[in-house]
Amino acid sequence: MKEITLTLKRELHLPVEAGEISPDKFREKSIGEIEGIKIWEGNRQVALADIFKVSENSGGSGDEVTIRVVGNAAKVRKIGYRTSSGSIIVDGNAGMYVGEEMSGGSILVTGDTGSWLGTKMKGGQIEVKGNAGDYVGAGYRGTTLGMKGGTILVHGNAGQEVGCWMTDGTIRIKGNTGLMPGIHMHKGTIWIEGDCEGRAGGQMRGGKVIICGKTPTVLPSFAFEEIREKVKIGEEKIQGPFYVFSGDMNENGKGKLSVNAPNNPQLKWCEKYVEA
Amino acid sequence: MTELLIRNGFVYDPLNGIEGEKADISIRDGKVAESVGAGATVIDATGMMVMPGGVDIHSHIAGSKVNAGRILRPEDHEKDVERHTPITRAGTGHSIPSTFTTGYRYARLGYTTVFEPATPLLKTRHTHDELNDTPIVDKGCFPLFGNDWHSMEYLQQGRIEECAAYIAWMLRATKGYAIKLVNPGGVEAWKRGRYLVGLEDRVPNFDITPREIVRGICKANQLLHLPHTIHVHTNDLAKIGNYQTTIDTMDSVRGLGGDNKPVIHITHVQFTGRTGSAWHNVGSGAPEIADYVNKHDHVTVDMGQIVFMDTTTMTADGGFQYMLYQLSGNKWMNFDVEVETGAGIVPYRYRRNNYVNAIQWGIGLELALLIKDPWRVYMTTDHPNGGDFTKYPKIISWLMSRKAREKSIARINSIARNKLDLPDIDREYTFSEIAVVTRAGTAKALGLKQKGHLGVGADADVAVYNLNPTKIDPSRDYRLVRKALKKAAFTVKDGRIVVKNGEIVETPMGRTYWVDSQVSEGLMGKVESEMRRTFTEYYTVQMDNYAMDDSELGRSSRVSVKAEV
Repeated sequence: MKEITLTLKRELHLPVEAGEISPDKFREKSIGEIEGIKIWEGNRQVALADIFKVSENSGGSGDEVTIRVVGNAAKVRKIGYRTSSGSIIVDGNAGMYVGEEMSGGSILVTGDTGSWLGTKMKGGQIEVKGNAGDYVGAGYRGTTLGMKGGTILVHGNAGQEVGCWMTDGTIRIKGNTGLMPGIHMHKGTIWIEGDCEGRAGGQMRGGKVIICGKTPTVLPSFAFEEIREKVKIGEEKIQGPFYVFSGDMNENGKGKLSVNAPNNPQLKWCEKYVEA
Repeated sequence: MTELLIRNGFVYDPLNGIEGEKADISIRDGKVAESVGAGATVIDATGMMVMPGGVDIHSHIAGSKVNAGRILRPEDHEKDVERHTPITRAGTGHSIPSTFTTGYRYARLGYTTVFEPATPLLKTRHTHDELNDTPIVDKGCFPLFGNDWHSMEYLQQGRIEECAAYIAWMLRATKGYAIKLVNPGGVEAWKRGRYLVGLEDRVPNFDITPREIVRGICKANQLLHLPHTIHVHTNDLAKIGNYQTTIDTMDSVRGLGGDNKPVIHITHVQFTGRTGSAWHNVGSGAPEIADYVNKHDHVTVDMGQIVFMDTTTMTADGGFQYMLYQLSGNKWMNFDVEVETGAGIVPYRYRRNNYVNAIQWGIGLELALLIKDPWRVYMTTDHPNGGDFTKYPKIISWLMSRKAREKSIARINSIARNKLDLPDIDREYTFSEIAVVTRAGTAKALGLKQKGHLGVGADADVAVYNLNPTKIDPSRDYRLVRKALKKAAFTVKDGRIVVKNGEIVETPMGRTYWVDSQVSEGLMGKVESEMRRTFTEYYTVQMDNYAMDDSELGRSSRVSVKAEV
């Protein structure tokens, strides 16, 4: 059991590319070696110790590594890049690409994160107490492979295009989201407990999007299927009732879009298609 | 006066009949010399292999469609980023490297000359802008003919001489090096929503067939005395059973050359060598094509080998790219270049366990192994269509080692494995043959007399690989071959050391070759006045603004020839 605390020494003005902050990279290293790890600040390479004060609390057994980042790390990108085990706790904000390509372990951010949270993630858990930016669990621009597994939980709001090109895994947003959650998604689940700005599930081919709050309308390329009292996500049952649509018909998709009925009276027209 | 001595290496210089003999290469002022003084810089190549710098005959490295491919694929660059160094610029790579990175990577492989094989006439200025930013290597480009209204009109009227004069004007205007034909007539048909099949279909609005275009342009090429033959991407590319079209195309110009000289180069034959009647029974047409090439002297070909990877396909053959989009469902682009040509781009991943891809992989290698004369088959991947050029060492190891092939064969789709002849082919290339298919043969085909060999007076483009051909057996130690060829120990360009131990140490500007074929003034005057009229009718660009000036090339190298007309 090894706990390493990284405390920000100064306010950051330039973006810091810190993919090295990961339990996998720290496991075999001594404090001195960790301090010497090279990261990029703007266009310069600096040592980790130039930006963070590094301290270690060893105790207990096992080789589990926990990294605690303290301070406003909103400019620090790629925290937890390719993490496969161990945990990271960011006490404050984190920048873009938190948990990029992670395959296991857990990341907890107590503040907000930037965009591309959990991009190309394969496994593990990410929890954000604050808000997340755009492209939660998405793939890189141009690619057709987004998040492949694992879970992302955001207590606050998320931006646009949550789960873009998602191919598996679960994303749960307790707050609201911007436009187009689940765009291009193939599989997996996006559960939005708050409102959605609209166009949910555009070009989706499979998977589930569940909206418990309000959404202005549903894309015309979605076909109404039925009204359901409850929607299941794994073991969990979410109380509805929900209007359930399937689509996106433009892509010959078989995705399921569930929109809470009482919160969206503008979709009442669906009810006339329900067979008595 | 700068002098360089490459001492004690095992030299492979097939054009001068040197096969792995220990020799010193003396270099003075960028040329290979008889001897040098005692003050010369010495490269100790003891226990290493010395070859002329590589010459790539077909690699899409610059131009509007290459750049469109870069724009289409941010995810391709993301996985391959090169940081800047004090000498080199930052860049991105993978299947469509940025211009500077392209130059560096070729130099690291020991290549010093590269030709961009398809550039729309109208957009060649863009191509040259990118070539100017491609450091180290010498380069040139092949403008596209055969779907442009001008040449089709001249050929339709049977005015071969005027067509030749028009081509000469265009090559001078676009600073092109050779004539490229892509799906002759077929792209024009595709732009009208139609496919041509075989060589006898008529091009819509032009009373002409692909066969007539190929024959006509081939004759024009000879009238102009261009250094390279016509460079042809045949009709029906990637269609099932298209090997017959390839053979028909080769046969259509038989007898035009006389004295056994090549008159046609068929490029990336892998894509045009399929047998079968449906996707499930696609097979390799390589034995038939190789048989034809073995029996006829007028054809040269290049492989267009595929490598199992995620790459970006791009060609002026818009119709083919549309078909590939429909097959793959990937994102795509298609272009229409006014009255000249079209183009398309589709990202594609070649998979081992895909039956058709595995057959494709086999066709390329079968071709190279079944064509007996290495001087008429060249190694390419049709970069980036079959894979990027940094995979060349891998292909060389497949050519040199049966064991390396068997290893890959064991991993491909099993139905394809049983269908291919490849497992039964024993042939293994020698280092000398590799030197032919990667530099000597291509230089000869391109008519570059000062390239591809190390005789006195040749350009001092040399690649030194850390590989002792007397100690290793490439058939067994193919991994060592691959490793050594990936990073040249030294690459010398025009007598300057540009790569040392696989790292760039200097980035000089390479030449841009272009051909100026001088047509008689009377004929040129007549054709020019005709073109002036059609230009205002056909083009959005004025004829006076169309031609490029010599000063627009970074380091212009004019190849002057006297035309017959």
